[in-house]
Amino acid sequence: MSSFDSLPSSKDDVDPEVASFLQMESQKAELQAQVHKLADVCWEQCIDRPRDKLDSKTETCVSNCVERFIDTSLTIATRFQKLLQGAAANM
Amino acid sequence: MDFSTPPAGGRMDAATRDNLMTQVRQQIALANAQELLQRMSEKCYKKCIVKPGTTLDNSEQKCIAMCMDRYMDTWNLVSRVYSQRLQRESNRLS
Repeated sequence: MSSFDSLPSSKDDVDPEVASFLQMESQKAELQAQVHKLADVCWEQCIDRPRDKLDSKTETCVSNCVERFIDTSLTIATRFQKLLQGAAANM
Repeated sequence: MDFSTPPAGGRMDAATRDNLMTQVRQQIALANAQELLQRMSEKCYKKCIVKPGTTLDNSEQKCIAMCMDRYMDTWNLVSRVYSQRLQRESNRLS
């Protein structure tokens, strides 16, 4: 989380227990930010009209949506890395 | 909150530390709730208010209530699936 960037950078300045606590909380916050984003994307794709419960078809759609979104990110990251390596090799 | 001037030696007393941790947790929880509220309002407005009238009519209010509940169901499901996937990925790497 960017708001933690202004923490003192020297490790000696920070109580180690507080430092590790902040690192954990910051990781959890990042995870939650990702869940907000995914919920947004998958809601758009999977929920047509809100009903009185999430039916199993919708649950499957949401679950697949999350998994395929992550697959897509991973595939793109891998391919992008290869492109960069190819470009570096040609220099 | 002032992170910039920790006491000498880098150690806080337990009370200060507990207080700091509680405040951080509360602020993160608050930010999280605000994010959820904002996204839910946007999504449910889009789903439920097709043609804005002079008031929220009964069926719109029912739709909003249902939409909120389903959005939170979706959020929780996404959170569960995402955490499980992260777990699988980290097992795969280790």
